This record gives sequence, structure tokens and C-alpha cells, in this order.
Amino acid sequence: MTTPAITVPTGDSTAGSTAADQAIEARGLTKRFGPVLALDRLDLDVPHGSVFGLLGPNGAGKTTTIRILTGLARATAGSASVAGVAVGLDVPELHRRIGYLDQDPRFYSWMKGRELLELAGRLHGLGGIELRSRVGEMLERTGLGTAAERRLGGYSGGMRQRLGIAQAILHRPRVLFLDEPVSSLDPEGRRDLLELIAGLRGEATVVLSTHVLSDVERVCDQVAILDRGRLVSQGPLAALLAAHARPIYRLVPAPDQEAAVGGLVERLRATPWVKEVTVATDLIRVTVADPDAAAGMILPLVVAAGVKLDSFDRARPTLEDVFLELVGPPVADELDGRGFVRPRAVQP
Amino acid sequence: MNGFGALLRKELLEQWRTARLPLVATVFLLVGLSSPLLARFTPEILKAVGGNQFSIVLPTPTAADAYDQLAKNLGQFGALIAVLLAMGAVATEKERGTAALILVKPVSRAAFLVTKLVAIAVTLGIATAIAAAGAWFYTLVLFEPLPLAGFIAAMLLQWLALVAYAAITFLGSTLTRSALAAAGIGVAAFIVLGILSILPTIGSYLPTGLGTPARALALGQANGDAVGPALAVIALIAGLVVIAWLAFRHQEL
Repeated sequence: MTTPAITVPTGDSTAGSTAADQAIEARGLTKRFGPVLALDRLDLDVPHGSVFGLLGPNGAGKTTTIRILTGLARATAGSASVAGVAVGLDVPELHRRIGYLDQDPRFYSWMKGRELLELAGRLHGLGGIELRSRVGEMLERTGLGTAAERRLGGYSGGMRQRLGIAQAILHRPRVLFLDEPVSSLDPEGRRDLLELIAGLRGEATVVLSTHVLSDVERVCDQVAILDRGRLVSQGPLAALLAAHARPIYRLVPAPDQEAAVGGLVERLRATPWVKEVTVATDLIRVTVADPDAAAGMILPLVVAAGVKLDSFDRARPTLEDVFLELVGPPVADELDGRGFVRPRAVQP
Repeated sequence: MNGFGALLRKELLEQWRTARLPLVATVFLLVGLSSPLLARFTPEILKAVGGNQFSIVLPTPTAADAYDQLAKNLGQFGALIAVLLAMGAVATEKERGTAALILVKPVSRAAFLVTKLVAIAVTLGIATAIAAAGAWFYTLVLFEPLPLAGFIAAMLLQWLALVAYAAITFLGSTLTRSALAAAGIGVAAFIVLGILSILPTIGSYLPTGLGTPARALALGQANGDAVGPALAVIALIAGLVVIAWLAFRHQEL
């Protein structure tokens, strides 16, 4: 039985969006590797100009999705378009409009950093002064200026990843695909690259696959969560977090109000829409039946009890909470001997 | 073919930077220089080795023997080198992921393939020219000058045969993901073509069949029709490239 994907209501930024507004549209994308179903009828809508996080555990189908959308692999069924071009193998027009960074970028070891960028630029039709200036700009932007004349065989994993970004954005693509772009970077490199990606917002549509949720929270405004080849949820990040917000309010009273706080707790417990109240040293957690209704009724009770608050907010889930809620940890029989998620076989 | 110029430039630079061109040129130069020397001094070497135990009567070596030695060495060492040059051309790039790096750019797959084979052909061409120059000069010194125009035409035919062996291996490299498997295909084809070359009609239109008209041209003899066999081998090379392209354009990377 197929569980339908949750489509989170879009925020204002994408309200009223039409097919023409989408940088990427995929309908029913399916990919089989022999008996293994790697991608199962994936529908995807990526708005123009967004930084789109493709989330999922290992084996979820993120790389397969990117490989199909970049024309490196063929879908078994379904269709997709990127920047208005139908995806497929050997479609130069598609490749003119996109940039791509592999999760483990490999280059020609005999080539120098600058030469690789010049080759990438030439293949995109750049030449002369424009090519030289773009290459120089990219080397500076990715911090590879001093390594530009070194052979790529001597580049570290982090340097290769930064060079990969540089060759992918050199020609100002309309849609940029980054497959696990910060996986081999140190914390500083990771921060710099995420800043660079965030800086592309509005300049290009960025599709970023990762299983590092904090990276997505830092830079993405749209997300899709995949699990074992299926789309689990899709929509604006803020709306996704709001949709999974917990029915819990947190009240932090100002110090030295034990009696007043005791009175407030009693009032709350006597209220029919309050399910549970717990009191820690300096925090009151109120679990409610109807969070929207409670939002307007808690503060009058606080005022009536004469309690002064330092803060009052609704408990928000982290993306990790939402992710685990939607995807859940793999059960034992889904793990192979090495602890990886075992791909599902196609049901006859 | 999108990206042809930029890719050809890259492929030619790769031939140089990975030392393929200098190495192949050096080996071919040695082949070119040693062939007339071997032809000239083989009788004396045999005599020196055999001493008075054997009574070997060998004809006096001529410029034709020098050419035959060159053709034999190029046909064997040259073919082996052509296989070695082409075996990883596509398979290794697919395996390492560099093919995906290039083909996710606005490049046609036809250009990706053709520029690689052209670069291999250029390397073989330069190496054959160096071997030919060395052999012609030593033949002049040790024997007599071979007719220059005919000798050049003969070397062009030899080069064409080498490109054909490279193209067969190249097709293998495109069809598989293993350079070793591609080399196996190339070597097997070399053996099969050698066997087929004895067939009376077909034999002369195969890469192995180019030897007869090439020899006639090099020695200034009039009995060599080279145009038909050369066109047949060019058509074979073109056909192999087309088959490689038809297969490659449907391959996932």
C-alpha cells in the first residue's frame, strides 16, 4: 500500500504558483535497477529562485533523482523538465541551463585548477576576456586562487569540492544541482560553502541533496523529504516546521514568584483545553488540546494569576524532529549487514 | 557537434601531459631506427652467433628487407600500442566519473567520442611520422633511398591500419566499463583480422590487407591498388565510431 506524500501548504512566496513558475517539475518519476525500486513515482515541484533541500537517509533516492534531472540517468517511467527543458540523456540544451556538482567530484589529475575552469567555461561557450575574468572570479570566490596552477591530482577532498562548485556555477546556470556538497569539508569550509549557496538565492534555483539536517535549516527555504524512493513531504521549510509544531507552550516565569506560579499552574490544570502541565526549575510546559485556541487564552490566565514572564513561546520542532517523525528510524530487517538501509524490491 | 573544439584541445593536451604522446613517439622512433639496422645486420649477427657450426646462406639484404622489417614491427608493436592507447579512452572516464563531469555540460556525446579517437589518431600519426622519418633515413644510409612519395603513402596506409585497431578497441571501451575488457576486444579483433586477411577477396579490404598495397607503394612497384582498401578501412573506422555513438548515447553515466 502506498502512503501518499504530504504536501505542506505553500507560504506567500509561492502562493498561486503555476507550472510556468517551477524551475523543476517531475511527475511520476520511477527508477528501477533490476528488481530494486530506487525511485517510486516521484512528483516534485521546485519554485524558481528557491534553495531546495532534498532530504533523506542513505538510499532514499536523492542521488538517483539528481542524476535523472541532470540527464546522467534515464527514468524507467515518468517525466520531468528542468528550466523548461525536458530531461533526457544527450540533451545539450538542458546542460546549457544547469550546473552540477557530484557528491564525490572527480577531475583529470593531470589538469590544473585554472585549466579545468577554463575548459568548463569553453564548453559553455565562454571565451576571451569574459572567460578569464569569470575563472578568476570563481577561483577567488572559492578560495582556490593560490592553488589555481597546481595539478588536480594533488588537491584535497575539500579543494575538489570547492573546485566542483566553481565549475558548476561558472556559467551562471539557471538551476544548480549539488549532491551532498559539503560532505568532505571541514567546519570552516562547510560554513563558507553554505554561505556561498545562500548567496545564490535569487540568482539561481539551487537543489541541494543532503542528510545533514542542520545544513538544510541554514540555507534552504523549500524542502522535499524522500524515504526509500518515495516522496514523504514537500513544501516551504517554515510551513513544514509549522505543520509539525507540537501542541506545547513554554512559559519562563521571572524569578522569585513561587506562590504566584503555583496559582497559575492550578488554574491551568483546571482548564478543560489543557491536557498536561509540567513544572521544571524555571520552565512551565503546557500541553494543550487545541494549540490555536490556546494561543489566545494562556496569557489572560497568566495575567489573572499575577505572574510575570521572562518568555512565552510555542515549542517548535527542529527539522530533525520532523524528519524522524516522517521517516522514522529504519527497523532492524531493513538494515543490511553493514547498517545501511536495504533497498526495497519491486512487488510482483 | 557541441563542444568539439574545446574537447579536442583538452584531449590533445591530455595526450601530451599524460606522456602518452612522448612515450609512443619514442617507441615508434626506436622501431623506425632499428628496422633497417636489423635488416642490414641480421645476416652478420646470425653468422657471428652461429660461428662455423651452421652453414646459413642468406641473400644480401636490400632496401626492401628494411621496409619489410619496418612494416612488420609497426604492424605488431604499433597495433599493440594502438590498443593500449584506446583501451581506457571511454571506459576509464565512465568508471572514474570524469565522463559525467564533461557530459553534464552542453557537449554532444558524438563530440565526446570523436575528439577522443581523433586525439589517439593524432598521437599515432605523429609517432608513425617519426618512425617513418627514422626508417627512411637509415634505409638511405645503409641501403638506398626508397621512393619518397610512395614511402609516405605506404606510411599513411600503415597509420590507417593502426587507427582501425584503435577504433575497434575504442568501440570496446565504449561498450564496456572495463579498460581490460576493451583491450581484450582489441587484441581478439587483431587476431581475427589476421586470420581473415588470408581470404582472397575480403582480405585485401581489411586493415591487415593494407600491407600489400603499402609495400608496393613503398618500393615503387606498380601492382598496388591502395585506394579501394584504404576507403574500405576508412569506412570501417567510421562505422565503428557510429556504432560506438549509437551505444553511448543511450548509456547512463
